Amino acid sequence: MIDLKDVSKTFTLHNQGSAVIEVVNDVSLSVAPGECVALTGASGAGKSTLMRMIYGNYLTQAGSIRIGDVDIVQAEPRAVIALRREVLGYVSQFLRVVPRVPTLEVVAEPLRAVGVSAGAAEARAAALLEKLNIPQRLWSLSPTTFSGGEQQRVNIARGFAHAYPAMLLDEPTASLDATNREVVLSLIEEAKASGVAIIGIFHDEAARARVCDREIDVSAFTPGVAA
Amino acid sequence: MSADLSPLLSVKGISKYYGAHIGCADVSFDLYPGEVMGIVGESGSGKSTLLNCMAGHLAPDAGEVVFDTRADGPKDTVTMSEPERRMLGRTDWAFVHQHARDGLRMGVSAGGNVGERLMAVGERHYGDIRGKATDWLGRVEIDADRIDDRPTTFSGGMQQRLQIARNLVTGPRLVFMDEPTGGLDVSVQARLLDLLRGLVRDMGLSAIIVTHDLAVVRLLADRLMVMKSGRVVESGLTDQVLDDPQHAYSQLLVSSVLQV
Repeated sequence: MIDLKDVSKTFTLHNQGSAVIEVVNDVSLSVAPGECVALTGASGAGKSTLMRMIYGNYLTQAGSIRIGDVDIVQAEPRAVIALRREVLGYVSQFLRVVPRVPTLEVVAEPLRAVGVSAGAAEARAAALLEKLNIPQRLWSLSPTTFSGGEQQRVNIARGFAHAYPAMLLDEPTASLDATNREVVLSLIEEAKASGVAIIGIFHDEAARARVCDREIDVSAFTPGVAA
Repeated sequence: MSADLSPLLSVKGISKYYGAHIGCADVSFDLYPGEVMGIVGESGSGKSTLLNCMAGHLAPDAGEVVFDTRADGPKDTVTMSEPERRMLGRTDWAFVHQHARDGLRMGVSAGGNVGERLMAVGERHYGDIRGKATDWLGRVEIDADRIDDRPTTFSGGMQQRLQIARNLVTGPRLVFMDEPTGGLDVSVQARLLDLLRGLVRDMGLSAIIVTHDLAVVRLLADRLMVMKSGRVVESGLTDQVLDDPQHAYSQLLVSSVLQV
């Protein structure tokens, strides 16, 4: 479902003496439907960079990144937009929303974008928020004023609202208490059972051991760092 | 919004010179139905010149602006006759000015401002026009009891929302926006952003938004073009251009934003 071949990335910092930084080199990996693969490696090894390259908000200089039948390295912007709407979900560590939009709508939005009716989308959103223990009295408020953990849970609810066939999870259990961590892990297990291909970054080792089928050490691809 | 749709707007090699000075040079892109394109760049980078050339307010020195018209399919709006272009400006196109007073008739009531556009496309029934005007004032969150007040009695944010209602009442397919949130209080900006995003989604609008506010494009635009000295120096998916800018100028622009 997710297939990387000989992928490399460099950053060129034009305003800092045109410094060229090689981040990852020659990455090849693939993730099958129903499989969850963890990216590991020390901070700065390029885990998040690799994740962003797969999502397409970082450009890739060489190689191919196929998600289903789209190569994100070559795809036109609108093909990437369509892919993100329908196929590829991403739960980042930060919630970015238009201020003032109620939490229930924030969570329902990915479903509205694929054409689900307002009623059905909000019902699904409500079920997820309830599962993630966001009190109902907060649903009509914007999440911008919520605590870090609450925002993270809203972000997860939003990420799992639409049933994407492929998902990227960046630290989904960070800043969660034991109860909510358990809920998130079970969401991941359900997604796997229904055939979703997942790539994740988990600093939480117990979580990683429980939901991930394989680990890939990204430092193996970092230029100048011994694997 | 399937992948095989044809572009709603196809801009080819648009250039505009002010004497020897470049307004904008050789700009080309396609905009598809439902897409929102952001254009950023510092003052004087040519973004407003480009917008005005596309919207027919300025005659470009070279290039084509091909719009997929309802009646006759793709047509170059630069070479189209003036009445035809004006009709387009009243029906399928809308233009939201940075200063609401440039887009409103300040001596006419709020309801009149919205109703005027309906009358321009042939609506004549007073009750229908007033009904639609009331509905649109509600959508842009202006109290119905202000319908007979003139925009001179409105705040800046209300004037801007009224301008949006006036523009969208005829159900356009393409909206040009020149700094729609510029000069407004941030809380009012947020409200306007929320409103615009909802309208874009619910009406399936395509939009071209010129702004220098990167936070605005991140929340509203699917795609982004960065302009400098009249030329497009970088374009791509909005989050890609903002998170991983490639051109020296885009890198400078992104890294110059103050963190709140």
